[in-house]
Amino acid sequence: MSKRFSNLAVPVVSVLLGLIAGAIIMLISGYDPISGYAALWNGAFGDSFYVGETLRQMTPYIFAGLAVAFAFRTGLFNIGVEGQLLVGWLAAVWVGVAFDLPKIIHLPLSLLAAAAAGALWGLIPGILKARLHVHEVIVTIMMNYVALHLTNHLIRNVISDQSDSTEAVKETASLKSSFFESLTDFSSLHNGIYLGLIAAVIMWFMLEKTTLGYELRSVGYSQHASQYAGMNVSRNIVLSMVISGAFAGLGGAMEGLGTFGNAFLHSGFSGVGFDGIAVALLGGNAAIGVVLASLLFGALKVGALNMPIESGVPNELVEIVIALIIFFVASSYMIKWLLSRFKKEEK
Amino acid sequence: MEYVIEMLGIRKEFNGFVANDDITLQLRKGEIHALLGENGAGKSTLMNVLFGLYQPEKGEIKVHGKKADISNPNVANELGIGMVHQHFMLVDTFTVTENIILGKEPKAGGKIDIKKAEQKVREISEQYGLAVDPTAKVADISVGMQQRVEILKTLYRGAEILIFDEPTAVLTPQEIKELIQIMKTLIKEGKSIILITHKLKEIMEVCDRVTVIRKGKGIGTVNVSETDPNHLASLMVGREVTFKTEKTEAQPKENVLEINSLFVKDARGIQAVRGLNLTVHAGEIVGICGVDGNGQSELIEAITGLQKAESGSILLSGKDITNLKPRKVTEQGVAHIPQDRHKHGLVLDFPIGENMVLQTYYQQPYSKAGVLNYKEIYKKAGRLIKEYDVRTPSEYTPARALSGGNQQKAIIGREVDRDPELLIAAQPTRGLDVGAIEFIHKRLIEQRDKEKAVLLISFELDEILNISDRIAVIYEGEIVAIVDPKETTEQELGLLMAGSKRKEAGEMNV
Repeated sequence: MSKRFSNLAVPVVSVLLGLIAGAIIMLISGYDPISGYAALWNGAFGDSFYVGETLRQMTPYIFAGLAVAFAFRTGLFNIGVEGQLLVGWLAAVWVGVAFDLPKIIHLPLSLLAAAAAGALWGLIPGILKARLHVHEVIVTIMMNYVALHLTNHLIRNVISDQSDSTEAVKETASLKSSFFESLTDFSSLHNGIYLGLIAAVIMWFMLEKTTLGYELRSVGYSQHASQYAGMNVSRNIVLSMVISGAFAGLGGAMEGLGTFGNAFLHSGFSGVGFDGIAVALLGGNAAIGVVLASLLFGALKVGALNMPIESGVPNELVEIVIALIIFFVASSYMIKWLLSRFKKEEK
Repeated sequence: MEYVIEMLGIRKEFNGFVANDDITLQLRKGEIHALLGENGAGKSTLMNVLFGLYQPEKGEIKVHGKKADISNPNVANELGIGMVHQHFMLVDTFTVTENIILGKEPKAGGKIDIKKAEQKVREISEQYGLAVDPTAKVADISVGMQQRVEILKTLYRGAEILIFDEPTAVLTPQEIKELIQIMKTLIKEGKSIILITHKLKEIMEVCDRVTVIRKGKGIGTVNVSETDPNHLASLMVGREVTFKTEKTEAQPKENVLEINSLFVKDARGIQAVRGLNLTVHAGEIVGICGVDGNGQSELIEAITGLQKAESGSILLSGKDITNLKPRKVTEQGVAHIPQDRHKHGLVLDFPIGENMVLQTYYQQPYSKAGVLNYKEIYKKAGRLIKEYDVRTPSEYTPARALSGGNQQKAIIGREVDRDPELLIAAQPTRGLDVGAIEFIHKRLIEQRDKEKAVLLISFELDEILNISDRIAVIYEGEIVAIVDPKETTEQELGLLMAGSKRKEAGEMNV
């Protein structure tokens, strides 16, 4: 079996198995799977409004998925995407609220602030890993909580006066698009989707085509061989976390400057950062895979909202389906084995 | 004649590639039977078929004359077949006893009866002359002793037929002697042995018969008493092989490498190199000879910048390179064929092509303004693969998928191609077959003849004697003698390596 084929086959089969298992669960619990999935489809792609919502939901997933995938390809497990996303969100909104600048400067500056904040949040675990060999998983998990409570504190006490949210960002820092609004019947789709696609291309180019990506991948695979070859292993570990964090921070900007237009108190994690792990896993840690997996996740999440309305199936079922898909991807060995069995029998 | 194992007409394919084609091997009771072949000839495949890891497409296996269907290694174990792997399968943090009983623990009331296990291990080790300390941690014992643990594992499981997969590749000359003694004892105790190897000397010394395979095909079985190394080598390679590498007298020129009273600590902080002095001239090969663990690794790491020198100086063509970063050392014209090719030499998950630019990827023409030029990279890779006869399905194949010999040829190609002033070759032929060794030796001598300096580190006395123009004996982190390979003998080197004799400073021509 060629590598390319199995790279594609495993996620596709996993999605199918996840949907089938979901259908079985619906049957057992007394729901009609056909009308359930029809409602899911209609809720995701049924008309232009829903398509817009799906694409909007997909946008932060792309960034979160790219952040996880980038770190993973360079041998690091960035669980801190959630926290990096939250600090990026707040940083973008802060710049978006505080300045009065022409759009051509204000929007890029806000995005830059988000990337910088996320990068900083990745820098700390990166340095700890490179210098003191502290495992990045532990540090990034803790950094998530720091980010959650720090951003809440800043929103309530520093940026606003005991309010639950900030002001809306200035028009000059907003990603909102009147073109998309008219096209998709006033969905919340914004210009961030372009940025997501551009970011995917950047990640692909950076990893596959540049000397920097060569070094990062090399260090990810073998620190010893990289050191032997004269690469600076510590610097590459830090750099990898910084770039990953910057992607995550930009994901936060999509929410702050696009979807919501402000920052508000979070009682818990947004979940986007953690879903990013699933997106990266499903997408095989490749840029194009992340984009496709984001589309699927966006569609499932948005479509799920329509399920109780149209078919009476609780939308939690989609969470089960997503979990099952991840389960099947993670057990890719089983799928590869099944596929090879089928192939043998064909002969 | 009674056969304990018969493998008849075995054929094994992998995706259309025929690894074994109609190979027959018959093992008599109480003999040491060598399985000889080049790297990638299909020896390991054949043994993995016998051990139940692979299923053959054709052919049959008989054990004690009865047809056997060995569907997995457990069946092989039950049939009394045990394998001593080349890369040890041991749990480092377990004791010797715990490793041996792993998976077959004697139990007493739901608990492992460790006392009984230790007693059993002691009994077996005495019976077969395999000296081990049953309570020692595997991480703390020597490589030779770890191998004895591997042998004990098979005996503990009741193996009657032992397969040794290139057992001497990792051993020192002294340990090899001990292993040979152990094998003879095993035979005396009624066991039968298949010895996978490509070292002809060992075959001549211990084996009764030898089966030769070449490129997946069975060439035949011969009695060792009726053959000689030259004949075996030509059977294995398919052409005449010269053992003595032809070379002219060295023409040493100016100093390339000068090391003055160098002190280096090893990773654990113990002084490994202690006041070492050494000079290597352009146009000569200096061989460093010594027992493993006398500071060789630390010496190389200090020269190449991988390990900090405590004090002393290292000069390259007069320029101080002490404690420079590895990249700077490389750029000054030092190439390094590392001792551990898997750990240091290659990024195993990179395609072999990308491995060819591991130190030069940031230079033109392989990249420009930070963007890689894959066309140039793969052009170079294709050229090196051809020039150095690296056998790989394509230059896009991950380095991991290549056989050891081909990985080594790729590394040597990459290092020699940089045309370095100083080439450091650490155990360049470890685990390789005679054909590949001949090839690599020729390349080293070619470098010398191009007036480059070559520093060779090897645990194989033959190799040191064969290739070096001068031999520096290292003992406890010092060069204790410099000898002329034409005037010395293995005996003298052995004594020097053991530290029992030091040449007076006056005699040393450092």
